[in-house]
Amino acid sequence: MGDKKERKKSSIGGKKNKALGKIKCDKEIIRLTGVSKIYHMGDTTVRAVDGIDVCISEGDFVAIMGPSGSGKSTSMNLVGSLDMPSMGKILLDGEDISTLTESDLAQIRGKKIGFIFQNFNLIPNLTVKENVMLPMMFQGTDIYERAVTAEDLLRKVDLGDRMDHYPNQISGGQMQRVAIARALANDPEVILADEPTGNLDTKTGEKVMEFLQQLNKEGKTIIMVTHEPELAEAYAEKVYWLRDGKVEKTTHKKNGFKVEAEERALHRKHGWNGKKGNRKSRKGLDKKKLVKGKQAKKGGK
Amino acid sequence: MLGDYFALSFKNLKHRGIRSWLTLLGIFIGIAAVVALITLGNGLQAAVSAQFGVSSTEVITVQAGGLNSYGPPGSGVVNPLTVGDVEAIDKLSTVVRTIRRNLPSGRLEFNDRAVFGSAMSVPSGEDRDYSYEVLELEAEFGRLLKDGDRNRVMLGYNFYADSVGLEKSIKVGDKISLQGEALTVRDYEVIGISKKKGSLVFDNIVYMNEDPLEDLMGYGDDVDLIAVQVKSKDLMDKAKEDIEKLMRKRRGVKEGEEDFDVSTPQAMMATVNTVLGGVQAFIIIIASLSIIVGAIGIVNTMTTSVLERRKEIGIMKAIGATNQHVFMQFMIESGLMGLIGGAVGATIGMLIGIVGTAGIGSFIGSDIPLTINWILVFFSLVGSFIVGAVAGIAPAMQAAKQNPVDALRG
Repeated sequence: MGDKKERKKSSIGGKKNKALGKIKCDKEIIRLTGVSKIYHMGDTTVRAVDGIDVCISEGDFVAIMGPSGSGKSTSMNLVGSLDMPSMGKILLDGEDISTLTESDLAQIRGKKIGFIFQNFNLIPNLTVKENVMLPMMFQGTDIYERAVTAEDLLRKVDLGDRMDHYPNQISGGQMQRVAIARALANDPEVILADEPTGNLDTKTGEKVMEFLQQLNKEGKTIIMVTHEPELAEAYAEKVYWLRDGKVEKTTHKKNGFKVEAEERALHRKHGWNGKKGNRKSRKGLDKKKLVKGKQAKKGGK
Repeated sequence: MLGDYFALSFKNLKHRGIRSWLTLLGIFIGIAAVVALITLGNGLQAAVSAQFGVSSTEVITVQAGGLNSYGPPGSGVVNPLTVGDVEAIDKLSTVVRTIRRNLPSGRLEFNDRAVFGSAMSVPSGEDRDYSYEVLELEAEFGRLLKDGDRNRVMLGYNFYADSVGLEKSIKVGDKISLQGEALTVRDYEVIGISKKKGSLVFDNIVYMNEDPLEDLMGYGDDVDLIAVQVKSKDLMDKAKEDIEKLMRKRRGVKEGEEDFDVSTPQAMMATVNTVLGGVQAFIIIIASLSIIVGAIGIVNTMTTSVLERRKEIGIMKAIGATNQHVFMQFMIESGLMGLIGGAVGATIGMLIGIVGTAGIGSFIGSDIPLTINWILVFFSLVGSFIVGAVAGIAPAMQAAKQNPVDALRG
């Protein structure tokens, strides 16, 4: 709790660097420190992400939650080191990604992070099995090993009988499971799932989430980006709530996803964008979410 | 790794629409033209050589007026060669024998129709056998002329094949009429038809013995062409010089102003090759242009493909593809497109070559050895791959430098 307080203080108080060392984050894999992403559109600049601090520990199940326009897609790209920050620092397994060449970064990304996308993003010209083999090709794995691993992974996601199908011959739920298998191809430490259930019906979505949960139990770090608070609170251990490009709050499952009192106070004291209306509506939203979160938790058990 | 690129490219190309393949037409036509041309090479040479009457035997031919005069040798020449020239050349030390040849033009009647054409004198005795050998003359039907055949003629194959305009095939034993000097008309018996030679000259000619032909045509001492047998192959150039020197002296012309032509088979072959070279150069220019057009087509298709597959590039990059991976993927895909165009082109080119060679063979009546130049085929395939790959460089670079986030957005 203490460290969280420190972090919030630091980001608000502008003493990031000093505070950095104090943020405890066991076995960290990905750390974003004071990261901003600024887009220039003509004369106006848009701060899609505005000074966020995120720390992902090994074995975490983290959700990045936010409504559309909150900057969650941009932060996902940053967390997945697909994109470079305009300001701030991103450490991937202790390495500052801004010091890496584009190709080195791609290589490391391919090895350490597995991506799962809302719209599956399978390559249509390749069979299910070939899609799963592809990430290994970029790591220089030999073709025999690639085939064996792909087959194993596909069996694991219950698609052993669909290996030679093309993506357009299988259902959405199956495609997303292929995407999970593909994300696991290089045995990455982190699985980054962007709205993994967004294009799926409730039932298939649940199955996909069960797979992710299973993976988390097996030791994989899962980062899920979603706009559904229920989903976030039902599965994640830790939720980053984004709004207007900032981390509005961080909640933990072990605390019942309650915002700590100190943090609340901080929110009130500093505000995030100085707009009263916003704050009000946010408060209202928070309560609602909390209730739902509890329900989801109960339901889960 | 390289194999993976090829495998992936192949998969991607399999899903390409017809639009992509149409852009390969240029490469396809270019390679087909080159391969067909080279495969036809032997056939073309044989065909052109046949028209020029080039023989493989080492024979020098002398004729008045030079090769630039139109019409059959000796026709329309102001100052023709004479029997005296023949005798003088015969006395040269490098010369074994000389054969006088006359090729008068005349009218042939048969089946109540008439055609104009040339006759050729055939010498007697030993010279006859040598002549037949030099001309590679054989009888398809009947027999060749012999000494003492006075009222007999042998005809070129086209008289039998009925392609001279008489509307009836002439067979051995038929009678024909020839019109000679001062409109005298005499009848002759056909005793032989020559084998097909594929030459518009030799297949349309009337062969007659020397004396009866002179009787009919009355050309006196004029000679249209002198065939000279040289002592040995090595003396060809020497003999040619000797004859030229002698003829300049006899005809009173300076070097460089010759009104006669002394040509060796090599020189005639060179002429043939010049003609062929011109044809080949033309075809190669057309082929190169098609290949350039094809390459531009590939640039176009690949650029479109990069735009269409931005999302795919984004996915590849997200799952660990480096810029180099993406670049190689697109470049090899482009090269493979070129290769496929080239392979289809080479196949069609070879078919054209094989069919064409057979066609020329049946036209000139001999089997032309078909040589498929596999090295050429190999290099045209490698070449078409390279053309494709080079055409793909710019689009591949464009693909490689896509930002993964933007590309994923599609």
